[in-house]
Amino acid sequence: MADLEPTSPLQRGKWGHVMPYLFLLPAAIIIVTFRLLPILSALAVSFFDASFGKIRGFVGLDQYAKLFADPEFWNSAVNTVWFVVGAVPLSVATSLFFALLLRKGIRGLGLYRTIYFLPVVTSFVAVSMVWKLIFHVRFGLANALIEKMGGNPLEWLEEPTGIFELMLRPLGWDLPTWAEGPSLALICVVIVSVWRGIGYNVVIFLAGLQNIPEHYYEAARIDGAGRAGMFRHVTWPLLTPTTFYVVVMTTILSFQVFAPIYLMTGPPVGGPLGTTNVIVYYLFEKGFDAGGNMGYASAVALVLFAVILVLTLFQRKVVEKRVHYA
Amino acid sequence: MRSVSPAFRRNWAIHLMLLAGAVAFVVPFYWMISTSLKGPEDLFQAPPTWYPEHPRVENFSEAWNTVPFPRYFFNTIFVAVCIVAGVVVTSGLSAFAFAFLQFRGREGIFNSFLSTMMVPEPVYIISSYILLYNLPGGGRDGWINDYSALIVPWLAHVFSIFLLRQHFLSFPRDLVDAAVIDGCGPVRFIFQIILPLSKAALTTVCLFTFINTWNSFLWPLVMTNSDSIRPIQVGLAFFAQEQGTEHGLMMAAAVFSIAPLLVVYFFAQRQIIESLTHTGLKG
Repeated sequence: MADLEPTSPLQRGKWGHVMPYLFLLPAAIIIVTFRLLPILSALAVSFFDASFGKIRGFVGLDQYAKLFADPEFWNSAVNTVWFVVGAVPLSVATSLFFALLLRKGIRGLGLYRTIYFLPVVTSFVAVSMVWKLIFHVRFGLANALIEKMGGNPLEWLEEPTGIFELMLRPLGWDLPTWAEGPSLALICVVIVSVWRGIGYNVVIFLAGLQNIPEHYYEAARIDGAGRAGMFRHVTWPLLTPTTFYVVVMTTILSFQVFAPIYLMTGPPVGGPLGTTNVIVYYLFEKGFDAGGNMGYASAVALVLFAVILVLTLFQRKVVEKRVHYA
Repeated sequence: MRSVSPAFRRNWAIHLMLLAGAVAFVVPFYWMISTSLKGPEDLFQAPPTWYPEHPRVENFSEAWNTVPFPRYFFNTIFVAVCIVAGVVVTSGLSAFAFAFLQFRGREGIFNSFLSTMMVPEPVYIISSYILLYNLPGGGRDGWINDYSALIVPWLAHVFSIFLLRQHFLSFPRDLVDAAVIDGCGPVRFIFQIILPLSKAALTTVCLFTFINTWNSFLWPLVMTNSDSIRPIQVGLAFFAQEQGTEHGLMMAAAVFSIAPLLVVYFFAQRQIIESLTHTGLKG
């Protein structure tokens, strides 16, 4: 409980009690009006019918009933989960790999870091546009490289077939539809998202690696640990908080993937055959396209929020309990 | 192999892998630039050529003039400058209050600010649209398709408040006492003591605010519907959708849309990397 009397000497005079609130006022007006209010009303909006900003009738839980009965919603949910399951391990493993290579004052560290970070400052719109051309079936770089190495060109962003099916088909296997996995088109978007974010995660990992005290390695060396032993018994356990942070942040960001889907897939966006329709695009389409229902879209937003909230709370719980601190 | 240092000889495998990584990050940028200079005879070659055999610089002027890119640039810069200025003022003032002043509800207000950071943009974008649509002023649709919708909701930034507060808390407490003894009021304290000592922290706030605003996409995509308001990312996205087959023009537009930020990046890369990794970035 804060004191009633101002204790900061800066608050002398009869305005001392009011002064702090005056300093807070500009930020508070913006945050309360444009963050807190929309966040709190998102739930309320999902109980109404609303189109293009105009609230219409109260419908109770109807939006949620419609939502959970819509196969298109479940399709986008499954695609989003595939996206996350593909992007997070790939991103974390690749950036940890490069961070491990980059540490210990290797020559050119600054230059490598600058280059790896380049995509992070580049807009996702421009990044998606160039990758769409790279994956172009006829004039793209990806197929040109494959053909040069003697392989068969792929359909990339136009390929609706699941990647497990694509991999096992040459062996004569034919998987049932549910086991085909995410489409190659979705995997292309995964690759682009991971490519764009690696530099960011590398810098975070480098900072984490720097925090591991050198004497742990000396002790391990005296105990006769090799490179693998040092990684397993020193680097990996002491890096856990960083790894955990990177995993959770990448997961939360991956659930919100939008720009590369919007710019790389289709037409229509989310194609081929809806295999790249993700939850935020589904929300956008249902809320803002012609005939859109913002109440329905807000219900989608709340489902997304529930998932992200669970992840955030899970992170806090694990950080408190299990993570090994140096 | 005299010229190769022993350290390099020991680490050549590491350098090889790092170099492979660097190539993977540079090639798409190279491809963007190379394609931006290709005319029809270079573009429709299968397999594609590495570099334009008949370079076509006119792609840039053509892209620039097909849709109002100058307007998009103006919109982006105008919006970004307003937001940066606003964020510095609002976060600076409130961080000052949180760090140096005593008042009722200080922790509660601070925590409620922080709690908004847990909610990602797609979650509140629908209700924000409805709010902006129903606000008075602006145009036919309230604040929708008005600069106010792009600027005002972003004039305060919770993480900037958090960051500056952390920075202010690192100041020695004696500083305040000494200043007060010298007859310093809060306003003079801010301008003569805090500001000169906070250049690095404020630069961090400015840089990430500017970069995030420049690159933001979903918000302006939803909140605008005419060329007169659209910022560069949305203009570029629509250009890409309309000119889907004009690869040369598309890449020319992509090049000049990322060029300003990349120039800034090459001059201030250390600060930018630090600033973005301190604070998180948006999709």
